[in-house]
Amino acid sequence: MLLLENVRKSYREPDGTPLPILDIDRFAIGQGEQVVLRGQSGCGKTTLLNCIAGLTTVDSGRIEIQGRDIVGLHEVARDRFRARHLGFVFQTFNLLPAFTALENVLLGMTFTGQRTDPARAKQLLSEVGLGHRLQHKPAALSVGEQQRVAVARALVNRPVLLLADEPTANVDPGHQQQVIDLLRDSCRSEQIAMLLVTHSPEISSQFQRVEQLDQVNRTANSAAH
Amino acid sequence: MTLWKIALLVIVGLPVAVGVAWMVWRYGKIARRNMQQRAVASSLTCLSMALGVALMVLVMVIHGVTVKQFENDAQGYHLIVGGSKGGEMQLVMSTVFHLGKPLYPIPYSYYKKFLDDGEFAPYTKVAVPYCLGDSFQAGDQQFRVVATNADLFDKISYGSHDDGTPKLYEFQAGRNMKMENFFEAVLGAAVARKTGLNIGDTFQPTHGIGPAGDKHTEFTVVGILAPTGTSNDRALFANLEGFYLLEGHALAPEEDGSAAEADAPQESHAAQEHHHEETDHAEQPQPLPEAQREVTSILVVCNNSLQPMILDQRINKGKERIAQAVAPGGVVSRLLERFIGPVRVVLLVLTVLIVVVAGISILVSIYNSMSERSHDIAVMRALGASRAAVMGIVLVESILLSVLGGTAGVLLGHAILGLAGPWVEAHAGVSLKFWQFSWQEALLIPGLVGFASLVGFLPALTAYRTDVGRSLGGG
Repeated sequence: MLLLENVRKSYREPDGTPLPILDIDRFAIGQGEQVVLRGQSGCGKTTLLNCIAGLTTVDSGRIEIQGRDIVGLHEVARDRFRARHLGFVFQTFNLLPAFTALENVLLGMTFTGQRTDPARAKQLLSEVGLGHRLQHKPAALSVGEQQRVAVARALVNRPVLLLADEPTANVDPGHQQQVIDLLRDSCRSEQIAMLLVTHSPEISSQFQRVEQLDQVNRTANSAAH
Repeated sequence: MTLWKIALLVIVGLPVAVGVAWMVWRYGKIARRNMQQRAVASSLTCLSMALGVALMVLVMVIHGVTVKQFENDAQGYHLIVGGSKGGEMQLVMSTVFHLGKPLYPIPYSYYKKFLDDGEFAPYTKVAVPYCLGDSFQAGDQQFRVVATNADLFDKISYGSHDDGTPKLYEFQAGRNMKMENFFEAVLGAAVARKTGLNIGDTFQPTHGIGPAGDKHTEFTVVGILAPTGTSNDRALFANLEGFYLLEGHALAPEEDGSAAEADAPQESHAAQEHHHEETDHAEQPQPLPEAQREVTSILVVCNNSLQPMILDQRINKGKERIAQAVAPGGVVSRLLERFIGPVRVVLLVLTVLIVVVAGISILVSIYNSMSERSHDIAVMRALGASRAAVMGIVLVESILLSVLGGTAGVLLGHAILGLAGPWVEAHAGVSLKFWQFSWQEALLIPGLVGFASLVGFLPALTAYRTDVGRSLGGG
């Protein structure tokens, strides 16, 4: 499902010297598999997710999703691939404040190049318990509700891979489990592979496969040491 | 417009129009939401665009109406013949538009050359004499008194309809003056409306153009013209025979008086009897002998379209050189070109500058918002929007702001025309209506779309270059 091989990524310091962020020999996720990636802040978790999503280009290496190497794709093709096959749940939800809950979910379909499906969007929002809040804007939703809208948006195109970057970091402890359960159940029912990044031991303990980023990413390992 | 220009317009314009329409359809909802999010800023930029466009509309329409009015005024006759001392512009302005000082008069005998067996009669279908120089004051408004004969309204048109048929003078009240009733007068429609004079009322022309002159004998209003949309709406037309009998309007008589009597226009016996009945047995004054008459100008209608040129040559290059003939249409065109045209250009440039300033305010408004929106743009990119898509969303927002403002501006401009029209018509005689359009308005909206694309380009480029990772926050 997902395969990373010899992936390298570094940024430039202000003085021009390269700052290595990612150095991954091999990392893979199987079809429908749910994997947690744990690591400290600043060790490259978000950069890794951005590279997998094609939002950031790698310096070298291979990233294959469903057998397709996205590194070699032109940016426009990469954007279209991301729209159709990947779902992204952000730490800060990243709902657009001017759009209603329904419109935010539909926005997830807008850039696929295909027709939007309002019925699918409504169904998903109902499944996450927001069927009665379709026309509410994010400011009128609670934090937990906003995150559920974000989950619905990430799932609306039936992606093959869902990327979740600290999805409960801004959710109150009382609702964090709800969000995790929602993600796990939704991905399980649709056979969607999930890569969830967190530093929370309580969350990671619920998953069968937990990877430490400093084991996967040699740069994080050397930074830790 | 030539065929190849139309083809080029279609070949280039159609794909652009289709592309813009597709973009607006595709991203219009997102752009609209962004505008709603910044409702106050969006409204203000729309308002500034609307004001600029409204001014443009006003300049375009008023110019079009003014030009048409000027051109209309100069229709209905081929030539104006007047004194040779003075320019053709002065002749046309005083005769056609009732503005400025009339030229020095020419002898009545020169007018006779256009009649009966006169030298210019073979080329003349109708020749109508004008005597100018008197006025009528009503409150703070001054109107010109034109002394003429009944042929002006019976035999001369004041332009053509769209189908080519001549526009003939009609009376909304009363009738044309009868030449045998020396002190009859006809009013233009605007004069009657503003002065309140009606059929049977009398008025005294003032000698000279100004309120301070001597008052003449009264004339009786026998007819009020229907509106013509020309300068004749704002003039009073007095019987030429009565005009000649007014103080100061006659040349000094011949010493022995006999030649003057012999030159007096002869009336038929029937006409004399008719006079006797009309004036209720009052004594009918004698018409002024021709030797004591002058005319200020003559309106000439020729028999065909070639004869004006012949007449022009014979009069302007004749040996006597006491008169000049001008084709009013040509003079009006030069007037428009020399004065009205440049004024219009200046006004249009000013309004274009206003629109440009409004466009810059759109640019500034959207550009300043880009830093706030970089996060939203990054989110859309994360959802799969391409760089071109986010750029398109910003461009569509700029286009929508411009088009909305422009449309509001067109409506506002026409609303101003409708509201101010009656006042302008009352004071300037120019008819302005809400539904009067200038063909150039059709270019406004496409022009605004192009302009909006230009001003939206810089903010759109910022959107294009948004660093997604940085805007979403890296880790």
